[in-house]
Amino acid sequence: MGWENLLLGFQVALHPGNLAVAVLGITLGTVIGVLPGLGGANGVAILLPLTFSMHPNSAIILLTSLYWGALFGGAITSILFNIPGEPWSVATTFDGYPMARQGRGGEALTAAFTSSFFGAVFSVVLITLFAPLLAEVALRFGPPEFFAIQLLTFSSFIGLGGGNPVKSLASILIGFILACAGLDIVTGQLRLTFGITDLMKGFDFIVAVIGLFGIGEILLSVEEGLSFRGVTAGINSAVVVRTWRQLPRLYRTIVRSAFIGFWMGFKPGGATPASFMSYAFARRFSRHPERFGKGELEGVVAPETAAHAAGGAALLPMITLGIPGSPTAAVMLGGLIIWGLQPGPMLFKERPEFVWGLIASMYTGNVIGVAMVLAFVPLFAAILRIPFAILTPVIVAVCAIGSYAVHDSMIDIWYMLLFGVIGYVFKKLDYPLAPLVLALVLGDLAENALRQSLIMSQGSLLIFFERPISGLITAVALLFFALPVINPYVRRARGERKPPVEVAAPHDG
Amino acid sequence: MRTADLTTALVLMAGGLLVIWDSLRLGIGWGTDGPQSGFFPFWLAMFLLAASGVIAGQAWRRGDGKPFVTRAQLRPVLSTLLPAAGFVVLVQWLGLYVASAVFLGFYMRWIGRYGWIPVILLGVLFPVITFVVFEQWFLVPMPKGPLEAWLGY
Repeated sequence: MGWENLLLGFQVALHPGNLAVAVLGITLGTVIGVLPGLGGANGVAILLPLTFSMHPNSAIILLTSLYWGALFGGAITSILFNIPGEPWSVATTFDGYPMARQGRGGEALTAAFTSSFFGAVFSVVLITLFAPLLAEVALRFGPPEFFAIQLLTFSSFIGLGGGNPVKSLASILIGFILACAGLDIVTGQLRLTFGITDLMKGFDFIVAVIGLFGIGEILLSVEEGLSFRGVTAGINSAVVVRTWRQLPRLYRTIVRSAFIGFWMGFKPGGATPASFMSYAFARRFSRHPERFGKGELEGVVAPETAAHAAGGAALLPMITLGIPGSPTAAVMLGGLIIWGLQPGPMLFKERPEFVWGLIASMYTGNVIGVAMVLAFVPLFAAILRIPFAILTPVIVAVCAIGSYAVHDSMIDIWYMLLFGVIGYVFKKLDYPLAPLVLALVLGDLAENALRQSLIMSQGSLLIFFERPISGLITAVALLFFALPVINPYVRRARGERKPPVEVAAPHDG
Repeated sequence: MRTADLTTALVLMAGGLLVIWDSLRLGIGWGTDGPQSGFFPFWLAMFLLAASGVIAGQAWRRGDGKPFVTRAQLRPVLSTLLPAAGFVVLVQWLGLYVASAVFLGFYMRWIGRYGWIPVILLGVLFPVITFVVFEQWFLVPMPKGPLEAWLGY
């Protein structure tokens, strides 16, 4: 059944209008990825209102292209300016920036773009193969299974996310509580509004994303008194060809990193740990581990492949289950709902041209993307030379536009500012922001799934263990929840002296 | 850092208590057709209370470490946050386009110490571009003020 569907998808993705949309999306996305304070998630959130008047097929292509563009853009700032635009680009700076300082910036950028392209395509091929199967299975899921998957989603932030597990838990709970505010559609009662009319509408997660990631990030970056001191790098065809000749030697690192990226990436918050893990593995298996950190090409290839593979994989649960794997995927899911589509497995049956157009556009988007960034790197890098005193107010104003446009409501601009301050404080205190956003998005779905399950079982929580699929998923979720408690004992029992591969940065994939 | 950590944990605890109070009002038990409205938020808030308790305990035991924010860091943060808040206030009275022109001009002049010519040039150019893109091309309406009304929009 697969091929004719994919063919149908390519007919959508290769439509000239949609190709133009993809080019626009990649351009804007790369600009967003390069700009400080704007990343994949809030970039997509700000531009979401632009898609309201578009056809859903073109709209989703615009958003996914933005996403790829933002991923490519992150590599430019990491390598040339030593500023990781996104947490998963941190590992890219380790060897990318030293290479740029040695005058090998063009080589590093070519390697980064090419290996991200491989990583993304690897994930997209796996999505093409597995998404229909997963959707088929998910069609038989009931409320208990969906609630169990949600549990698994959030437990992986706690068990695998790195950082302080209690703070991750607090972030998740805050997100769910904010999602409760407003009208309870099941009983028609007002919750957590305390008699204030403005609170009746609740909190929109898109506004939260723009505030937490946009305004919060701006406040953090002005604090460091940003003066961008970048390295210039020229890319010409000779550099590209020379770099491409070196890449086949690194096929083992590329394949390994792509697997790590996909495996970590379809679970939430996976892109950042995936990039660090594949960097660590590349160094461990290298014949010259001492060269890492001083400008080794392999040190750029490994994290970039993994980050892009993870970025692609994060879309798999979004398409098949309607459960996003990253804040950016969550914003896209929000888009789906606004365009009048019901996310979830039924989409494969009801709107095949949409789903397969989306999948096919991941191939075309990456091909267009890698060609464009290779051709126009100097232009994109020039954006960072715009003075900060101009960039900051422009970004704040654009964030305000995006927040207002979601519901045409002034209060949302105030919420954006409030979430900005929260984002700034939380980021400094190491509360992860991604789980908060995902909980805010999934709050209603999770609560409904829980309610329906409890109605099915007449109030018994055992229902999550009695059904085979949900039982298995719940058990894994509970294991993840317990990991931070168990881990120290396991480590002591094994007699390990040093902790295993540690994740240095909080994840905000 | 410790003070900020403790304060945040206490704020979260207070928030948790507020949610519990409202949930008890709504009912946290079993209604005629399933769990009552307060059921889900009640348990979330209970867990939040426990989690922020643990966070407070961790912060208490840990040394003070580096400060949450130094005086040198706070200055640029406030000089961005306060004008941004002023911008949001202005949006309500003047509409988004005029407010963003004022905000951009003020920030460029005050922080960037630009001359009046670039300030006025960009201050006019930016809102005009956003107006064309959002209002005309993508048909996304923004809050408008007296100037737009005078121009007939």
